[in-house]
Amino acid sequence: MAYAWCFLLFMTGLYCAVVKKNMVKIVLGIIIMEYAVNIFLIMLGYRIGGVAPIVGKGELAGIDKVTSAFVNNCVDPLPQALVLTSIVISLGSLALMIALCIRTYERYGTFDITEIRRLRG
Amino acid sequence: MNIPLPVFVAIPLIAAFFLPILSGLGRKAKSFATLLANLATISLLVLAVLALGRSEDIQVYEIGKWSIPIGINMVLDGLSSLLLLAIGVVSTAAMLFSTRYMEQYTAKPKYLSLFMLMVAGMNGVVLSGDLFNLYVFLEIASIASYALVGFGCNNEELEAAFKYMVLGTIASVFVLFGIGLVYGNTGTLNMAYASKAINTVGLNPGLAFALALFVAGFGLKAALVPFHAWLPDAHPSAPAPISAMLSGVLIKTLGVYALTRMVFCIFGVSVTIGWLLVVLGLVSMVVGAFLAFGQWDFKRLLAYSSISQVGYVVLGLGLGATLLAQGHAAWASLAILGGLFHLVNHAVYKSLLFLTSGSVQMSTGTRQLKQMGGLAEKLPFTRTTCTIASASIAGIPPFSGFWSKLILVVAAVGAGLYWIAAIIVFVSLCTLIMYLKVQRYAFLGELPENLQQIKEHRGSMLVAMVLLAVLCSFMGLLVLVPYLRATVLTPAVDVLTDGLLYAVNVIGK
Repeated sequence: MAYAWCFLLFMTGLYCAVVKKNMVKIVLGIIIMEYAVNIFLIMLGYRIGGVAPIVGKGELAGIDKVTSAFVNNCVDPLPQALVLTSIVISLGSLALMIALCIRTYERYGTFDITEIRRLRG
Repeated sequence: MNIPLPVFVAIPLIAAFFLPILSGLGRKAKSFATLLANLATISLLVLAVLALGRSEDIQVYEIGKWSIPIGINMVLDGLSSLLLLAIGVVSTAAMLFSTRYMEQYTAKPKYLSLFMLMVAGMNGVVLSGDLFNLYVFLEIASIASYALVGFGCNNEELEAAFKYMVLGTIASVFVLFGIGLVYGNTGTLNMAYASKAINTVGLNPGLAFALALFVAGFGLKAALVPFHAWLPDAHPSAPAPISAMLSGVLIKTLGVYALTRMVFCIFGVSVTIGWLLVVLGLVSMVVGAFLAFGQWDFKRLLAYSSISQVGYVVLGLGLGATLLAQGHAAWASLAILGGLFHLVNHAVYKSLLFLTSGSVQMSTGTRQLKQMGGLAEKLPFTRTTCTIASASIAGIPPFSGFWSKLILVVAAVGAGLYWIAAIIVFVSLCTLIMYLKVQRYAFLGELPENLQQIKEHRGSMLVAMVLLAVLCSFMGLLVLVPYLRATVLTPAVDVLTDGLLYAVNVIGK
């Protein structure tokens, strides 16, 4: 169910990026898509009632606890690391996109992509 | 010689970091920075050549000595080293060319830095043995290329950069979504382990959706025809050496290489995916060639022709995948050989054509073919190199393009698909007409009044063009001389014909 909502969010973002005429709205659509994928990655590692995959100082002695019960209860940390990286990447591309929007606005005086049409063919 | 693989990423990354700092130190330091950038690309080319002589077929580097699947690995096999070589050749030539060409722009240090970042990203994509790292390197190369397309900051360039950036980012999000699905279904991000897991459980709906997302995402990066809208705007808007890099290697590394790796080595070939690639390739070939006919802008014509030529590469690989799945291994390896050889050829002659267009633009100040004419006497070297590249792309016998097209035709006929062979020959004729048009309007005919005073820019630009023209003339030797074929092309073909052995080889190390 949660995956379906996530997919819906992804499609909303895609629709927004493809259909909208305003450059800023296109950028927002792309951000929504990126968030949907980030949420999807987080959900992959989520486990209901799970604990953080961190072993305390004293607990290391009990190897049993680390291997079986602990592993069966903790959430998957890998997707969280991936999401951190992907957020940083989307920050970089977002900054560049907004910079391009600003420069284009300075030149054309509009955000409407139907009016920004020097290139065709 | 076995080369530690991270240097292919480390050299350009370090250069990208230090070049702008160096250039802040004054005028002399600025030209020193350009020299260093050239040294970096040349050393990458030398390393790529040395890597061909490695002792084993497949070289695996585990980063920080963490063994896979816990750690991250880099893998150098035949296909990767072929792509590294292409990137090395084209980036060396483009960097030599920009030494002189980029003097017309301000902010050259930033240009050098972005250029190096793009090279680092591409080398990383080619060497990565891990899906998520592939995505990270893909984004490094893409973001650098978006910025480079908009480098001139004119109206058209900003518009093209925005369009390219929107479609490119959508493609990257698709790829990330696909990687998430693969991780959810196999529990690993390592390519070799993912491949092993996929081929034991089979292609369930989640993985099939991931494959569809990869085809769409990498197809967008490769500008295959339903996804091609950004390319004819983006490639002409960039400065000429960057157009050469984008058309020459970027669309092939980020698009064709990554897609090929996914299809052949991770998901495994099937008749369906093979035909999908064949159809995408054929449509790109025909549509790209027809759209190129009507263009009067020199660089825009070249960009449309790139779509058509990438179609050839994808057609060869798709044909190979189909035949492999049907069990015709001999014809399959011939089709793959044709596709990969065409990839390398196209990298060389299309970057040469873009460099000559840059030379023409720098001398005449225009890109419109109708405003040119009679440039043959004013720009003799540009004219000669452009003719060699045109002959090569049109497939005129001694030049490189002829051999790869011939192999593709032979493979299609051998597989009994005569209509595909007919389309290959037909598109080749269209290409010939297209480039005759370029020769006719740009270099022959009357010299217009306002262009009487122009001069050819020589120096490093000329060296770059001559270097590529020599390669164009003699690249046919790569298939004709058995020794060269066995070191350069055959290992790459073997990687794809035994695609699933990739997992065995990497894990077995």
